[in-house]
Amino acid sequence: MKNPLKVLSAVAATAALALGLSACGGGGSPQASSDTITYWASDQGNSLDDTAAKLKPTLDRFTEKTGVKVQLEVISWTDLYNRILTAVTSGDGPDVLNIGNTWAVTLQETGAFEPVEGELLEAVGGKDRFLKTSWSTGGAEGKTPTSVPLYGLAYNMYYNTKLFKEAGIEKAPTTWDEFVADAKKLTKDTNGDGKPDQWGFTAAGASVSANSHQAFVRGLQNGGTLFDKDGKPTFDSDPQVEGVKQFVDLMATEKVMSPSDAELSQGSQKVDNLINGKAAMMFDQSPLKNFAARDFKDWGVAPIPMMTAGATGDRGTQSHVAGINLSVFKNSDNKANAIKLAAFLTSDEEQIALNKAYSSLPVVTAASSDAAFQTEEVKAKNDALANHSLPMPLIAKEGQMETLTGTAIKNLFAKAATGTVSEDDIRAALKDANNQMAAAQ
Amino acid sequence: MSHSALDSGPAAAGSTPAVDPEPGQARAASTPPVRKRRRSFLPYGLILPAAILELLIHIGPMLLGIWIAFISLTQLNLTNWLNAPFVGLQNFINGLNPDSTIGQAFFSTVGRTLGYTILVVGFSWVLGMAGAVFLSSNFRGRALLRTFFLVPYALPAYVGTIAWAFMFNQRDGAVNQILVDTLHLFGDERPFWLLGENSFGAMVIVNVWQLWPFAFLMLMAALQNVPTDVYEAAAIDGATLWQQFRRITLPMVRPANGVLLMVMSLWTFNQFNVPFVLFGATSPKEATLISPLIYQNSFGSWNFGLGGAMSVLLLIALFIASAFYIRMVLPKGADND
Repeated sequence: MKNPLKVLSAVAATAALALGLSACGGGGSPQASSDTITYWASDQGNSLDDTAAKLKPTLDRFTEKTGVKVQLEVISWTDLYNRILTAVTSGDGPDVLNIGNTWAVTLQETGAFEPVEGELLEAVGGKDRFLKTSWSTGGAEGKTPTSVPLYGLAYNMYYNTKLFKEAGIEKAPTTWDEFVADAKKLTKDTNGDGKPDQWGFTAAGASVSANSHQAFVRGLQNGGTLFDKDGKPTFDSDPQVEGVKQFVDLMATEKVMSPSDAELSQGSQKVDNLINGKAAMMFDQSPLKNFAARDFKDWGVAPIPMMTAGATGDRGTQSHVAGINLSVFKNSDNKANAIKLAAFLTSDEEQIALNKAYSSLPVVTAASSDAAFQTEEVKAKNDALANHSLPMPLIAKEGQMETLTGTAIKNLFAKAATGTVSEDDIRAALKDANNQMAAAQ
Repeated sequence: MSHSALDSGPAAAGSTPAVDPEPGQARAASTPPVRKRRRSFLPYGLILPAAILELLIHIGPMLLGIWIAFISLTQLNLTNWLNAPFVGLQNFINGLNPDSTIGQAFFSTVGRTLGYTILVVGFSWVLGMAGAVFLSSNFRGRALLRTFFLVPYALPAYVGTIAWAFMFNQRDGAVNQILVDTLHLFGDERPFWLLGENSFGAMVIVNVWQLWPFAFLMLMAALQNVPTDVYEAAAIDGATLWQQFRRITLPMVRPANGVLLMVMSLWTFNQFNVPFVLFGATSPKEATLISPLIYQNSFGSWNFGLGGAMSVLLLIALFIASAFYIRMVLPKGADND
């Protein structure tokens, strides 16, 4: 290398290569071409592979019908939110993607998703095709939604029928008092070591999102809300404290929940407890796929207990409007085909096929009447979703609210497992969360 | 790095490629004008890629982080973050207000992180030193033991920590199996290791387990340089083993120790992996360290401005501490090196 120019060009080439490599580091940049679109699907099956396998027939039919190929990536729930935000920030995301419907307003505010109006609204057949509660999660009230419902879910109470029979309980409890009384009957020492090894109730005490759902539902049942009319957080209002106390007390004072549950962070771990007979009851959105995978048949389903039997309106809330929505990325180079996929996935036929495969609920009313969704379990879930659910607060800071209330309850369960929890502790924890929420606003 | 090494490079490559000449010879062989021209360009050309990369992956993001501390960055303006409103010192005021929930959390976390750093670095150093002294004498099975000691260091951090998380699990973990079921400690109660007050201790144990082999490795290397005849002379003079350790070993490894303690302290003060894998996205109150707190503020509450402000405070504190340490401790060591 005698020639300085040669050296210079070599150096420049090295630098360019390095720059190119570091630019690639962002990852996930889809190679857009006219007949291929990218789709990020949430994990709805037993595993990422299972989800993909169950989605494949639908995507094959789509390709056959439209000639558009779909590059699929299934993303686990623990990664999904951050992956979406990375895509939003960089503007470099898939053409179509799944979002948890409680994030819809938060993500709407980023302005990264295509508003559901005009061509897109027409393609999915208008909002009247959809279940009202599910459609309401598409975005903030009074704003054009930026996501359409895809799969519906709702909380129900699942119980182990064998343990119920052993305890002489004939029908599932309907009020909170009955529920606690039954849970006590079901909490037993079965091996004679003086300590319970079968528990009345199980929950993933360290799951932040599941805890925040309970803060929402139990607060409403007690006449509270997480935010007042002006949008100020009211996590530490009396009814909210009462609601959270009822939930935490299941471990702290009623002792019908194993202290070990304070360490569970995955919903599937509590399902295991139910299947293994270590616990008799749990609140869950969709455990059937786990039941089937373990060939577990001794289960029953009932509505989530309420403070008073037959309560309606806010106090009759048993679940948030759970589910998964679908958005089209505004930066998509292939919007026409992205819209085609959104329309196809929400069509009556594919709604039946997909929700059957994932044991979730169709979000279009026409599909709900299909024979596949007439089982007792699905009917119970459908009833909860259509009549006893409200969307989580439709505000931009929903994500923070989930993190703060859910973490507060996680810490309270930890405190219950390692000592005692007083009402003051609960109030203080919720007050802390409230202050942080207020500071973030 | 000397000048001669740099300018001799290309000249030597051009004239006598087969032999690797002494710098002095190369200088004599080449003609001054050519060399001068090359000298002016080549060093810069050679550091250019590194400089560009440094700017891109180090300095750029750091400046960006500092900028974020002064703006109100949330998910609402994330896509258009260049236009996020400038809020001056507000994020710092929020983070440092001792009357607010956030400020209280910040100060108690800084205190806890300091204590954590002292404990982890202290235990790691003592263990590392003991291991190094132990293995510096020759005995059968030394190589095997050396490999064995280095296992935690060779293992990917994530794998090791996740194994600990399983072992510390209250219901089915190996720790409670041994302590409660086999040794019958703690009565009948199975203690929680990853919740409440025990979580801090659990985190210290995991981090020491991961860190001490590094101290061991560095100190063992340093001990190789201590001539054995010094010990022999001391032994003849009647020095006890403890005196030999204090008067010979410690002073001789001082330069290595200086760097070692600083590096370990910086790593531990910034520790993120261990709590994140052990506890998940939110640590128990009793075990929240500063890096996970910044993560929670930034990615849990989506308050990037506050997270940025705390990062800047952390950066300043570490910078001052390091500068002070380097001035006070390292120069004497560096001269001996």
